[in-house]
Amino acid sequence: MTCLHLLLTLVFAVSLGTPVEIQRPRGVPLTKKQFYEESKPFTCLDGSRTIPFDRVNDDYCDCKDGSDEPGTAACPNGSFHCTNAGYRPMFIPSSRINDGICDCCDTTDEYNSGAKCENTCKELGRKEREVLQKMAEITKEGFLLKQQLIEEAKKGREEKQGKVTDMQENKKQLEEKVEALRTVKEAAEQPEKEAKERHLKAWEEQKAAIRLEKDKAKMAEAFLELDDNSDGFVSVSELQSHAELDPDADGTLTETEVQGLMGGAAQVDTSTFESVWTNIKDKYHSESQPEEPAPVETPPDEVKEPAVDNDSEPYPEDDISEEDDEDEDDEDDYHEDDDKAPPTVKTPEKSHEDEEAMPPYDPDTQALIEAAQKARDDFEDSEKALRVMDDQIRNIEKELSFDFGPDAEFTYMYSQCYELSTSEYIYRLCPFNRVSQKPKYGGSETNLGIWGSWSGPENNKYLVMKYEHGTGCWQGPNRSTTVKLTCGKETVVTSTSEPSRCEYLMEFTTPAVCQEPANTEPSPHGHEEL
Amino acid sequence: MAVISIERMGLLSVFFVCLFFSSAFAVDRGNFKTCDQSAFCKRQRAFKPGQSPYRALLETLELSDSRLTLQLINDNNKVHLLLELYRLQGNMTRVKINELKPLKPRFEVPDVLIAEPPTEPLSVLSKDDNGVVLSLGAESQRLIVSARPFRLDIMEGPEVLLSLNSRGLLAFEHLRLRKDTQAQPEGAEVKESVDGDQQQDEGKKDEDEESNKEEDGLWEETFKSHTDTKPNGPTSISLDFSLPGVEHVYGIPEHADDLKLKTTDGGDPYRLYNLDVFQYELYNPMALYGSIPVMLAHNTQRTMGIFWLNAAETWVDISSNTAGKTVFGKMLDFVQGSSEKPQTDVRWISESGIIDVFIMLGPKPSDVFSQYASLTGTQSFPPLASLGYHQCRWNYNDQEDVKSVDQGFDQHDIPYDFIWLDIEHADGKRYFTWDPHKFSQPKEMLQGLMDKKRKMVAIVDPHIKVDSGYKIHNEITSKDFYVKNKDGGNYEGWCWPGNSGYPDFTNPEMRAWWASMFAYDQYEGSMENLFTWNDMNEPSVFNGPEVTMHKDALHGKWEHRDIHNMYGLYVQMATAEGQIQRSGGAERPFVLTRAFFAGSQRFGAVWTGDNAAEWDHLKISIPMCLSLGLVGVSFCGADVGGFFKNPSTELLVRWYQTGAYQPFFRAHAHLDTTRREPWLFGPENTALIREAVRQRYALLPYWYQLFFQAYRTGMPVMRPLWVDYPKDTATFTIDDEFLIGSDLLVHPVTEEGSRGVTAYLPGAGEVWYDVHTFQKHNGAQNLYIPVTLSSIPVFQRGGSIIPRKDRVRRSSACMENDPYTLYVALSPKKFAEGKLYIDDGHSFNYDTKKEFIHRSLTFANNALTSSNLCPDCNFLTSSWIEKVLILGASKPSKVVLKMNGKETPVDFEFDSSMSVLTLRKPGMNAGDDWTLLLQ
Repeated sequence: MTCLHLLLTLVFAVSLGTPVEIQRPRGVPLTKKQFYEESKPFTCLDGSRTIPFDRVNDDYCDCKDGSDEPGTAACPNGSFHCTNAGYRPMFIPSSRINDGICDCCDTTDEYNSGAKCENTCKELGRKEREVLQKMAEITKEGFLLKQQLIEEAKKGREEKQGKVTDMQENKKQLEEKVEALRTVKEAAEQPEKEAKERHLKAWEEQKAAIRLEKDKAKMAEAFLELDDNSDGFVSVSELQSHAELDPDADGTLTETEVQGLMGGAAQVDTSTFESVWTNIKDKYHSESQPEEPAPVETPPDEVKEPAVDNDSEPYPEDDISEEDDEDEDDEDDYHEDDDKAPPTVKTPEKSHEDEEAMPPYDPDTQALIEAAQKARDDFEDSEKALRVMDDQIRNIEKELSFDFGPDAEFTYMYSQCYELSTSEYIYRLCPFNRVSQKPKYGGSETNLGIWGSWSGPENNKYLVMKYEHGTGCWQGPNRSTTVKLTCGKETVVTSTSEPSRCEYLMEFTTPAVCQEPANTEPSPHGHEEL
Repeated sequence: MAVISIERMGLLSVFFVCLFFSSAFAVDRGNFKTCDQSAFCKRQRAFKPGQSPYRALLETLELSDSRLTLQLINDNNKVHLLLELYRLQGNMTRVKINELKPLKPRFEVPDVLIAEPPTEPLSVLSKDDNGVVLSLGAESQRLIVSARPFRLDIMEGPEVLLSLNSRGLLAFEHLRLRKDTQAQPEGAEVKESVDGDQQQDEGKKDEDEESNKEEDGLWEETFKSHTDTKPNGPTSISLDFSLPGVEHVYGIPEHADDLKLKTTDGGDPYRLYNLDVFQYELYNPMALYGSIPVMLAHNTQRTMGIFWLNAAETWVDISSNTAGKTVFGKMLDFVQGSSEKPQTDVRWISESGIIDVFIMLGPKPSDVFSQYASLTGTQSFPPLASLGYHQCRWNYNDQEDVKSVDQGFDQHDIPYDFIWLDIEHADGKRYFTWDPHKFSQPKEMLQGLMDKKRKMVAIVDPHIKVDSGYKIHNEITSKDFYVKNKDGGNYEGWCWPGNSGYPDFTNPEMRAWWASMFAYDQYEGSMENLFTWNDMNEPSVFNGPEVTMHKDALHGKWEHRDIHNMYGLYVQMATAEGQIQRSGGAERPFVLTRAFFAGSQRFGAVWTGDNAAEWDHLKISIPMCLSLGLVGVSFCGADVGGFFKNPSTELLVRWYQTGAYQPFFRAHAHLDTTRREPWLFGPENTALIREAVRQRYALLPYWYQLFFQAYRTGMPVMRPLWVDYPKDTATFTIDDEFLIGSDLLVHPVTEEGSRGVTAYLPGAGEVWYDVHTFQKHNGAQNLYIPVTLSSIPVFQRGGSIIPRKDRVRRSSACMENDPYTLYVALSPKKFAEGKLYIDDGHSFNYDTKKEFIHRSLTFANNALTSSNLCPDCNFLTSSWIEKVLILGASKPSKVVLKMNGKETPVDFEFDSSMSVLTLRKPGMNAGDDWTLLLQ
């Protein structure tokens, strides 16, 4: 009966748009009206004591639970109920009654403070209904989108799983192929190797013969040169004129030293000169030719600080200085190493002897080489294909391993990035990957965290994403970002902030978190009373 | 958003790391001078006690009605000094010593004394070749001037209260010409070196040394690559004081040390030199942000004070003849009829200026407070709201952040009055401006706060960014208001905005201009609920010697050396003046300062600077604020939670509980710390913090009344126990508990994981009531109190009446019209008294129009009476008395309210277990005369 009455009152009130005061002490919600009966003493709602009813709302706190003063600020722990007809009823701490600040939209909290409050409930109610309606629409549409996303994700997942299975099958074949080609390659390389060795050996022999010839000619020439008096013998004194032969390099070539070079003989003829030649040929300067200039050390122009180019963009000064000293040292060392080991540069002074180039391979050998090269190429190609396939499989498997939500509804964000531009920065959220910040007007990007985990509340962890271990802060932690997800039709980063230093907060809307709308059309304001 | 600022910080930080600050958490002592590294201190300290070279030339004595002058001569160098003695009203003696004929004037501190102190007649009682005896008025007090060597003794009856130069440490470095540039040596100078050469007695520092070799640091001194050119050469001064019968001395803040000053033998003296000390360490005599050269000496018979009015770098040595003695040793002395009377000797050393000392002779602690107040003024009477809770952080990021923090307080039902903005709020640290992105609509933000009856503080530091696009800089430049470097150009130093100029606040025209910048049409975006915080006003100069200004910088004709310690005072003075002027003189200002000097109490609040989230820093907040309270500065607080580092939840809760019972109650945190608004640590801890803040708000009427009293009389608000129990020696070293006024005793829990504290309850024959349980405890005992995380041990003195407003609302302004509850705590003789003060809470009308209510509340002979202490005052309040609790009462048969000749019965309840009588809703207006009779 009471219920019916209430309901009727409600309907009546709403249709008229004017509140109907139902007699009860100020600040008491209808649900508790029955405890406040004017004709009876009042028992504190905690049962702690009973007081005459005229002590209810007499601006003095008698009940420990504050229940005797629902409409005054007398009790420290009391609460005041405002009906807020046209909007939502609410409880406020009784300390806000008559404090000069309008809290209830129906102005009932400021009945004795002189504060000029206006009844804003209708306006608020209208706005709230609009918002709720909009929210409901968004939720509805969002939820539909979410179903699509789930569907797509499901399909995508199946596709990918199928692909992986296929690829794994292909991979097996590819592996077999690689093995087969390896065998082919090895089989082709054996004869190639033998033929090359043969060729090389023949050429080495040929070279040795030529070298011997040359040496002999040189010796003969030297003999003639040394034999100043052309008597067919080279004597100690004749040899002594070649100061460069000084074995101890003290600047003088003594007789004893020369005798040493000549094996104790006073003079040698062409045949015995051979043993002397062996002793002196390394140092001997021909008299006819001008002294061979020392090989000019070619300045390695092309080597000039190759590292500079690699590192032309040094770290922004500030960032670098934020690092610890140790780190800086490490980096310096690293750069030095770089300088010490320039990219492979062939030194031109490879050999003094201007030897003739090796003669080309004979056609047979050449054929063998070409065959082997082809086998090698084939093998490498197949091996590369295998690696690529491995990578692909790994990537897909990685993707499949992510927790994209209970229905994989977050799958679509993977490998996407969403940006928000503020007055100073462009923020970039790449879900399941990283968050970053880049100054709008130049400057390098700062990593605000890499994907960590879902970290929403226990009942729905998929409402918050956590990105961690971003760029370190000076004297502080590594940057991290919390991404709060709310239901929206579009996938957008709506705001960013840095509530604590280096701890960022991002608001992100997505259909993926839209909940199924309630079955019934949500009533714009579910008042159970007025 | 913050990368820009982070990068800025990065730059600065690197700068810090490179130049002065070690990365470990501790002060880098190497950045700050020891006495040995400060040439004048080293020079003066090398002087050992002995025969003084100074002699009084009695024939030069001249006595006018209130002023005695006498020449002194240094027999070593024949330099004449002029001694001036004054008997000041209120039992004080002033001793001034200057050169008789200085080469040029020496600096005398202006603007600290509120007026030329009124004098009383001095009379010569007797005079002979050895000296003069002067009468110091009625109380058989005499001042004895001894001629050879010169010394002063102040006697009362047969007792020597205090002696000057009794250890012969008077040293006055006279101005002189530099030898190598001396074109025509003056006669005196020649004499000096000749005489000096002849006399070398007792290893005393003789000025002749400089003729043998140019002593280091006389004309130039270098510290860590900073060279101090000293165009005036050596100018330091020193004087010793002996305090017979004194074992306890206090004061000379600011030091992060115990309340009772320690002897400095074998260590450095206490240093007074306003410095921005990064990550300061505790329990040492190093200088900090502020300096108040006032020392109190106390024993069971008497309290005295020494006020050394000098604004230059100052060092204070303390020694004691009982210092090394064990308790047993002291007892042995006592039993054996002690050979030696305990005595404390103090020596003051300053780098420049003159000797100008005020000896405050007490004899009671309250006398010393009023004596000092009569010289430098009392604590400014703050707006009521500033006694509420302040929420600060470096930095609230933007307007949105401010709004959400403000809402957080409402959501969690925690009251607060002020939210603060640190340096990031300004546009590129250009004070008086707002960051165009983060705080683009400051008035909108301020209006939002005003709608909730709340207020804001924005920082305005004295370093001004050198930037030709900045109005403030351009005006200062065009008016030539900047401090000058030694070569006459504008002094520039590095601070938050980068290269900065420092306005010369010693210049009254500059201060007037600065004040005018706070006008609403000058300070864009400001409103009447915006107040100011002056930080970095030591002044802090990141690349200066000891992180401050070069001593040879120039303020008009004076060197920075002369005025250093009062720069910060002037900054706060000019800022407070600006806030007063913007309202046409109607509204009270609120300005917080980090640097301070004697007299700073007249301009607002101070805090203990950049402390850390450590238990020891929580503990030290008590002696640091107690020391300040003893020398006039009542409005003191420490950053709740600790500025550097992140506090544990327990530490944060304990700090709120402690801070709620300290005068200035502000939470603050460094930029690099994680957020710590009160509701971020789980519901239990939110509740604990809420409760602590609510206790503060309930007691605001008491705090306000105490500040009114401090403003009127100079009595400190937060006090050591000995101030109210001066004869109880057990109280003399206590600094882990304290009194608020006379009636509340607080022993905060400052130990991690504490399960109990032992509080000393003073007063033989007195009783104390636990304010939470109303349990009664006897005085003169150490009481063990078991504690939980929710405990804040607080006791109300039996014999007191404390008015509270138990209806705590979201800000103090919201509580304006709320009723009072009177907590009447009866003494064993069933007596109690207290006061109630009410005004509008924010204007000067209490002063200009006597618009306030001041009432005396007395409980005697079973009657509680409210009587008017200011019959010619007029102020109407709508507050009334909703409840009276009488602790320690017995059950009456009935209770009657007598008012306007009528008697009405009053309902009551009696709790026999705790003997608490509760009078229900007597209902009289708080401004009325009434009596409640218990029958």
